[in-house]
Amino acid sequence: MAAENTKVLYGLYNDEEDLKVAVKAANASHLDIMDVFTPFPVHGLDPILGLKESRLHYLGFIYGATGALFGFLAMTWIFVSDWPTMYGGKPYWSVPAFIPITFEMTVLFAAWGMTITFYTICGMWPGVKANTLDHRITDDKFCIAFDVTSASDSAVDNLKGFFKNTQADEVNIKTM
Amino acid sequence: MSQPVAAVRHILIEGNKSYHNITEDLCSPTEKAPSREWIIAFSLSSVFLGLYIFAIVWTVWKGIGEWGANRSINWAWDITNFVWWVGIGHAGTLISAILLLFRQRWRTGVNRAAEAMTIFAVICAGQFPIFHMGRVWLAFFIMPFPNTRGPIWTNFNSPLLWDVFAISTYFSVSLLFWYTGLVPDLATVRDRAKGFRRKMYETFSFGWTGSAKHWQRWEALSLVLAGISTPLVLSVHTIVSFDFATSVIPGWHTTIFPPYFVAGAVFSGFAMVQTLMIITRKVLNLQQYITINHIESMNKVIVLTGTIVGVAYLTELFIAWYSGYIYEQFAFYNRVFGIYWWSYFGMMFCNVVAPQVFWSRNIRRSIWWTFFLSIIINVGMWFERFVIIATTLARDFLPSSWSYYRPTWVEISIFTGTIGLFFFCYLIFCRVAPVVAIAEVKSILKVAGDQYIGPDAKHGHGEKAKHEH
Repeated sequence: MAAENTKVLYGLYNDEEDLKVAVKAANASHLDIMDVFTPFPVHGLDPILGLKESRLHYLGFIYGATGALFGFLAMTWIFVSDWPTMYGGKPYWSVPAFIPITFEMTVLFAAWGMTITFYTICGMWPGVKANTLDHRITDDKFCIAFDVTSASDSAVDNLKGFFKNTQADEVNIKTM
Repeated sequence: MSQPVAAVRHILIEGNKSYHNITEDLCSPTEKAPSREWIIAFSLSSVFLGLYIFAIVWTVWKGIGEWGANRSINWAWDITNFVWWVGIGHAGTLISAILLLFRQRWRTGVNRAAEAMTIFAVICAGQFPIFHMGRVWLAFFIMPFPNTRGPIWTNFNSPLLWDVFAISTYFSVSLLFWYTGLVPDLATVRDRAKGFRRKMYETFSFGWTGSAKHWQRWEALSLVLAGISTPLVLSVHTIVSFDFATSVIPGWHTTIFPPYFVAGAVFSGFAMVQTLMIITRKVLNLQQYITINHIESMNKVIVLTGTIVGVAYLTELFIAWYSGYIYEQFAFYNRVFGIYWWSYFGMMFCNVVAPQVFWSRNIRRSIWWTFFLSIIINVGMWFERFVIIATTLARDFLPSSWSYYRPTWVEISIFTGTIGLFFFCYLIFCRVAPVVAIAEVKSILKVAGDQYIGPDAKHGHGEKAKHEH
């Protein structure tokens, strides 16, 4: 989301197919889309919006590897050096017995790490107030938003023309 | 040219819905005053929850001796119930994670409720080992942390400790997966709400806007969480089975346990999902979202996993005979014809014989049959855990310590009480959150719903629905 006091011109579409056509039209006429809001993940939208694939899963791998190392090394340190205890004549460093907990720690770290990262990079936390343009976006409207804070009147008219041509159901301006 | 495979296998959303209809249908149960059925069910489960609290306070106050468990049968109802509840939880993760990886679209109708069921079932499961510890105020000793008692660490070689890690990881990861899926739907409820409810849902929906980039990350996160939950769910019941399989007790020391437990867990979990969904779809009027096709798909999973469990039972008997080891042979002879013979035959009937009726398509698609059998299977899976635990321990190595186990009223109250706890949580969930994943159902409306727009589409409902509101 853009900074405070952004003037946003947005159009609402009734169907995801109309939305995709409109985004393609915007690309063709080199309009700079600020953001697109949809009630559900619309497949095929990311490439035409020019969104790069999320790198969240790379982080997931790093978190998981951290968890695996942490779990395994912690057990090793505890059983080999901090307080070696003999259990049923098994070696102190009983690697096969460490596998289940190492696996669980991998999953635990990957899941928590990725989820916390997801909410952080999306700027989402309990108590964050959503800057929604229209309350029907989470229901059945598909929204394209343009930042028109410093746009000239003719540029705004041009964008309104674009919405009209692409059969937007409603066009509004909102400052947020 | 005719296509070998129909483009849409089953219609998963019926009733010619528009996106707005879906929002209305799925949000309205959280917005209306509770129905009479809900109030009755909630009061009843509150009574059982009260019974649970009473029996737990009694146990903690008087000590574990109030239970029927004794020196030789030291794992009895408590661990039976623990394994039973954990098993029930597994269907939620199977539906949400494994079916997501397999791209099975029917999961969208039932995943939300099944995941909620997982979380509540694991909460119920956790009660048993925790209170079985006796001095429950020292339960935190099971966690390894630097301490001033030596330090005394936990035993990382012990399957019981693996279980602590497995169950707590499973619980927290399931919670993250479920809640992250819930956030966009809570935002939908938020945007329809007013006043205090709006404030509440504003907090719970974390400021979700529906931005394209957020959806992209949300999908990436869901996919990876599904990917890691899949081995996780398999590991959890594998580790639960290690509690038995790594011991030296004949009848427990069995290498078949991990796959057998996982199949049994999925089996019982799907039965519980059926029990819950059949009631939920009726009471909340969701027949067009949780269709007969969903019920049939789940019944297919039930007949498959039930048969796997049946093969495992027979394999156990065969291996006991084939091993030529008389203690193992006695353990299984005793299991079938011993003092608890009724639980073995109950288990065989409920888990292996009864689900075979699902080979018939008519029975798979019958609500009454499905509901009836789902209860039978839940009973059968409880018997299975009882057979493994109590029957085996009742006849251990020393004939002088052979005994018989009967539950006391305290144990019966705790068990029925956890059923109350489970439904208490589930009924609250039905009131505050959409029980069907709204965004996910919308995303399959045009690829697997009755408004299919892909190749071979037969009708043009999409146009009509679009302008309806």
